[in-house]
Amino acid sequence: MVTLDILYFSWVREGVGKDGETIDHPGAEVTVSELIARLAERGEGYAQAFAQTDRVRAALDQQFVPLDTRLGQAKELALFPPVTGG
Amino acid sequence: MTDVHIAVGEADFDPAVQLARLEALGGGAVASFTGIVRGGDGLQAMQLDHYPAMTDAQIARIVDEAQGRWPLLGVVVIHRVGELRPGERIVFVGTASAHRAASLESCAFLIDWLKTSAPFWKKERFDDGRAEWVEARAEDDAARDRWG
Repeated sequence: MVTLDILYFSWVREGVGKDGETIDHPGAEVTVSELIARLAERGEGYAQAFAQTDRVRAALDQQFVPLDTRLGQAKELALFPPVTGG
Repeated sequence: MTDVHIAVGEADFDPAVQLARLEALGGGAVASFTGIVRGGDGLQAMQLDHYPAMTDAQIARIVDEAQGRWPLLGVVVIHRVGELRPGERIVFVGTASAHRAASLESCAFLIDWLKTSAPFWKKERFDDGRAEWVEARAEDDAARDRWG
């Protein structure tokens, strides 16, 4: 079974309640935002973390991508708020 | 060949050592920026999280972008993570080039891009017990976007 590792950072991690998880890969054609919508149905913490998708950013295999990007063959998806380093 | 040094970790750093490294490269100009945790409003400490598998590679991409725009002899980027208190150093960017414009401009470019395009997140803890994630600021995006 092909899997997808999902990592959560900052308040997305706190909302979901874990650093990350491994799921069955939903398919190459599924977009990041479609997957976020599915994750949001998993429970209250998820629903809260993904309530405002305009505040969520993503990286696929360690590269920033827009939320309408298809998962393709990616092995790792990270979901997080806009960055605040520097 | 640009001398590139990137470091991400909890350890503090000595800006003088980094400047000496850049001065030794034979150029006529070295510029640097040091970011410090700003105190006030009851700030007790700041927690810096990052995405370890991505951070170094993403900073390297930003440095590559700077190298494509300016003729650089050396670049140093150091970003701390973990718990930092007011007055502590968070970030250092240093650049060496033959002439001042390239070193000054690339240094400003690098810090503007680091703030908006590297996977770090800050959480502030205050002495009244509050703890809040820092919100991204539109001014920071505008500062990055002015570089085109």
